[in-house]
Amino acid sequence: MIDLPIIFTVLMGAAILAYVVLDGYDLGVGMLMPAASRDEQNRMVASIGPFWDANETWLVLGIGLLLVAFPLAHGEILGALYLPVAAMLVGLMVRGVAFEFRIKAEGWHRELWNWLFWAGSTLASLAQGFMLGRYITGFAPGFGYWLFALVVAGGLCGGYVLLGATWLVHRTDGPLQAKAVVWARWGLLWVALGIGLVSLGTPFASETVREKWFDFPRTLGLMVLPLGTLFMGAWVWFSLGRSDWKPFAGAVAIYVLAFLGLAYSLFPFVVMDRLTIWDAAAHPSALVFMLVGTAIVLPFIIGYTFYAYRVFRGKVTGGDPYL
Amino acid sequence: MEEALLLARVQFGLNIAFHILFPTITIGLAWLLVVFRVRYERTRDPAWLGTYKLWVKVFALTFAMGVVSGITMSFQFGTNWPGYMNKVGNVAGPLLAYEVLTAFFLEATFLGVMLFGMNRVSGRVHVASTIIVAAGTTLSAFWILALNSWMQTPTGHVIENGVLIAGSWLAVIFNPSFPYRLTHMLLASGITASFLVAGLSAWRLLKAPNDPSAAKTLRFGVHIAAVLVPLQIFVGDLHGLNTLKHQPAKVAALEALWKTERGAALTLFGIPNEKEKRTDYAVMIPKGAALILAHDADAELKGLDAFKDHPPVAPVFFAFRIMVGVGVLMLALSWVGSWVLRKKTPRWLLWCFAAFTFSGWVATLAGWMVTEIGRQPWLVQGILRTADAVGDASGAEIGASLTGYILTYAALLLSYMVVITHLSGKGAQ
Repeated sequence: MIDLPIIFTVLMGAAILAYVVLDGYDLGVGMLMPAASRDEQNRMVASIGPFWDANETWLVLGIGLLLVAFPLAHGEILGALYLPVAAMLVGLMVRGVAFEFRIKAEGWHRELWNWLFWAGSTLASLAQGFMLGRYITGFAPGFGYWLFALVVAGGLCGGYVLLGATWLVHRTDGPLQAKAVVWARWGLLWVALGIGLVSLGTPFASETVREKWFDFPRTLGLMVLPLGTLFMGAWVWFSLGRSDWKPFAGAVAIYVLAFLGLAYSLFPFVVMDRLTIWDAAAHPSALVFMLVGTAIVLPFIIGYTFYAYRVFRGKVTGGDPYL
Repeated sequence: MEEALLLARVQFGLNIAFHILFPTITIGLAWLLVVFRVRYERTRDPAWLGTYKLWVKVFALTFAMGVVSGITMSFQFGTNWPGYMNKVGNVAGPLLAYEVLTAFFLEATFLGVMLFGMNRVSGRVHVASTIIVAAGTTLSAFWILALNSWMQTPTGHVIENGVLIAGSWLAVIFNPSFPYRLTHMLLASGITASFLVAGLSAWRLLKAPNDPSAAKTLRFGVHIAAVLVPLQIFVGDLHGLNTLKHQPAKVAALEALWKTERGAALTLFGIPNEKEKRTDYAVMIPKGAALILAHDADAELKGLDAFKDHPPVAPVFFAFRIMVGVGVLMLALSWVGSWVLRKKTPRWLLWCFAAFTFSGWVATLAGWMVTEIGRQPWLVQGILRTADAVGDASGAEIGASLTGYILTYAALLLSYMVVITHLSGKGAQ
C-alpha cells in the first residue's frame, strides 16, 4: 500500500519550493527596482516578463495541493494567517497588474506603476516571510513569536533580493550586471544574518524542533545541512563577478538546503505540533484521482517550462521587447 | 457571527464578481486572437498583424487581472469558508487542482511565448502558442464550470462519516446542469469579447474614421455578436428549463411566483415585496410563465410557498431582468449593426457600439447573480448551507481585508478601463 499523504507532502513541498525559487527571483527583481536607473528598470522587468505569470502559478498549485490533499490543514493555516494572507494577495495583485500597466503607461503614470511594482513586490515578500515565521511556530501567541515572524519576514526579503540580483547577473551584462553583483553581495549578507537568526531562534521557539536537531548522534549527520548552506554561501560570494550562472545556481542551492532543513523540522506535522499529514489528509478517493492527473500532467508542465526558458535564454538586451 | 457571515459573503461576492469580469473577456478574446493571428500567417497582411498586436496587449492586461484576482479567490476558500473544504473538499478540491494542472500552467507559460516570443520562435510555433493559450482558457472554464454546476446540481457523490467523497468522477463532472452552464458561459464570453472588440474599435473610428484596421475589427466583432447572441438566447432558454427541473426554487424566485398555481402569469416588471409575499406594481402577462417555462398554458408551476428554503426574491428577480434586458438590446444592436455596416459606418452607430463596450460584463454579472444568489441559502444545493461553511475570522478582520480589497479593486478596475480605452484609441500600429 502506498502512503498517499507522504506522496502529496513531497509534491506539495516541491511545488512550494518551486514557487519560492521562481517567484522569489522575480519578486527580488521587483524589490531592487528603486536601486536602478530608468533604462535599467526596463531591462530588469524585461528579464522576468515572459516568466512571472507561470512562476506565480506554482503558488496556486502549492495552495491547491494543500487544499486538495490536506483540507483540514488548509482551513486551519489560512484561517490563522488571515491578515498576512490578505496583505500578500493585495501585494501580488498590485505588482502583477503594475507589470502590465507600466509597459503601457507614459510619463508620471509610468513612475507611479514602477513604484507600485516595487511596493507590491515588497509587501508580498514581507507577508510571505511573516507567514512562514508564524507557521514555523505553529501560530503560537505571544510577543516573542510575533517578533520572530518579523525577523523571518526580513530574512525572506533578503533571500528574494539575493535570488533577484543573481538572476540579473545571469540575464544581463554591462553596468547593470556590475550593479547586480553588488546587490547580490548585500543580499547574501542579509540572508546569512536571516538564516543565522532563524536557525538559532527556531530551536528556542519550538521544543519539537529542538529535540529533532539536538539528538546525538543524529545531529552529526544533520550538520550536512548547515555546512552545505555555508559552503554554498561562500560559493556564491566568490563566484560573483567571475561567473554569470554560478551565483544564481548557488542561491537556488541555498534555498533547497534551507527548505530541507525546514521540512525536517516540521515533518510529520502539517500544522506544527497539532496536525500530522495523516490527520489532515483527504479521502483516498480524492487523492488517487489527483495523483493520476498529477502523474500525467506534471511531466508536461516541467517539459514546456524548460522549453519556455530555452526560448528566452541569453542576455536581455532591449528595454521593451513586448511583441 | 451574523455580521461576520454577512461580511464574508460580501467579500467573497465582491471577489468573485471582480474576478469573473476578466476571464469572461479572455476566454472569448483568446479565440478572436487565434483568428487574427492565423489570418496574418495566411495573408501576411500587416493590417492583421497590427490588429493582433493591439488586441494581444488588451488580452495580456486582462489576463493579468484575471490571474491576480483568481489567486485571491483560491485563498479565500481557506480563509473565509473552511467549512466548504471540510465538507466537500474531497470533491471540490480535485476539480480545482485539475484546473491548475491542466490549464493554468499551460496558459501562463505559453502566454509568455505568445507575448514575448514572436521574434524568437517560428511563425508556426507562435500560432500554436496562441492556440494553446486559447485552449487553456477554455479548459479552465471547463473545470470551474464543472465545480460550480456540481454545487448547483450535485451528483456522483457518496457520504462517508459526514463528509462527501466522489463515487463516480464522471457523474460529478458531467452533472445535470454542467453542459448547459458551460455552453451558456462560453457563449457569454464570446459575446462579451465581441462587443468589447466592436466597442473599442468604434471608439477608435470616432477618433480616426479612416483606420482600416479598426473598421475590420468593428465588422468582425459585430458579425460574431450577431451570430452568438441569438444562439445564447436559445441556450439560455434550455438552461432555464434545466434549472426548473433541478432547482425549482430558483426559478420561482426569479419569476417571483409566490404561490403554486395552474397557468401562472408572467411578471414582466414589478417590485417584489417579500414581507407581504406579493409583487407590487406588477405588469403581468396572463399564463405567460406557464407557457414559457412549461410550454403549456395550463401547467402547474411550483411557487415559493412550496419550498421550505428559497433564495431572497428581489435580487434574483431584478438580476434576471437586467440580464435578459441587456441581452435583448445586444441582439437588436448586433443585428441592426450588421445590416447598416454593409454599406456605411454612421457615427450614431459607432456611438452605440462604444456605449455597449462593456455590456457583456453587465449581462454576465447579472446572470451569475441569478444563479449564485438563486442557490441560497445553500452553498452546495441540499448538502451544505452557506452559514455552516463560514470561518471564524472576526467581523473586524474581515472588515479590514474587505476595505483593502474594495480600494484595490476599485483602483484596478478604473485603471484597467482607462488603459484599454486609451490603447484602442491609439489604434493598431
